[in-house]
Amino acid sequence: MNPAVEFLVASLILLGALFALLGSVGLARLPDFFTRLHGPTKATTLGVGATVLASAVFFTATQPGLSLHEIAVMVFLFITAPVSAHLLAKAALHRGKDGSND
Amino acid sequence: MMRRLLPRPGLSVALFLLWAVLTNAASFATLLLGALLALLLPFIVSPFWPDALRVSRPGVAVKFAARIGWDMLLANWAVARRVVGPVAKLHPAFVEVPLDLRDPFAATVLGSIVSLTPGTVSIDVDRERWVLQVHALDAPDPEMLVQQIKQHYEQPIKEIFRC
Repeated sequence: MNPAVEFLVASLILLGALFALLGSVGLARLPDFFTRLHGPTKATTLGVGATVLASAVFFTATQPGLSLHEIAVMVFLFITAPVSAHLLAKAALHRGKDGSND
Repeated sequence: MMRRLLPRPGLSVALFLLWAVLTNAASFATLLLGALLALLLPFIVSPFWPDALRVSRPGVAVKFAARIGWDMLLANWAVARRVVGPVAKLHPAFVEVPLDLRDPFAATVLGSIVSLTPGTVSIDVDRERWVLQVHALDAPDPEMLVQQIKQHYEQPIKEIFRC
């Protein structure tokens, strides 16, 4: 594999891992339910986005033909992530705005 | 005649492209199967498939998608910094964005975009008052956030779907 491609794939994976980590750090550090909701949305957009893009670049470079099904993964994630966040938020609103358990 | 064979041309095209992407367009046979599915599935789903709006300004839509991608990068960075920094100094807030949109599908698109750009999560679309309820991770100035969402996202969506 071309060193430039290798570098690109490695940086994308690192970037994705970094944002997945930051999403988890947010989940752990933020004070209440609604602020915590912001962590996972980040992990799915940039974290998974960059990882999946790395996969597309890697398999396009190492195998014959384009590898595009990663794009479909991204599209589905971008459609479903807001829905799950929305449902979580609605459930929490139902229990009271501070999102506490009682 | 065309309408009878292809009740939803847009859906058929989308299904076929999705199939081609998922299978990496491996062979002629898989593409043929994809075409068959793209022709048949719209008949099965059309009784309960909601009427989606037509994109009337594709050029604007492409530019808008690029802008959202860029905004997502910037916003990710901004939120990442806040998550690592002093958490107690954040100003989380519930913000109500009064909508000019009056279409459920367009409102859903707007809500999804607001959720995907980190720092804001859309909580609810109130279809009686047409208000989008948003939770912001750090909004010292809620009024500015409302203006930003309306100008950056709602305006282009109205233009793209012409509603």
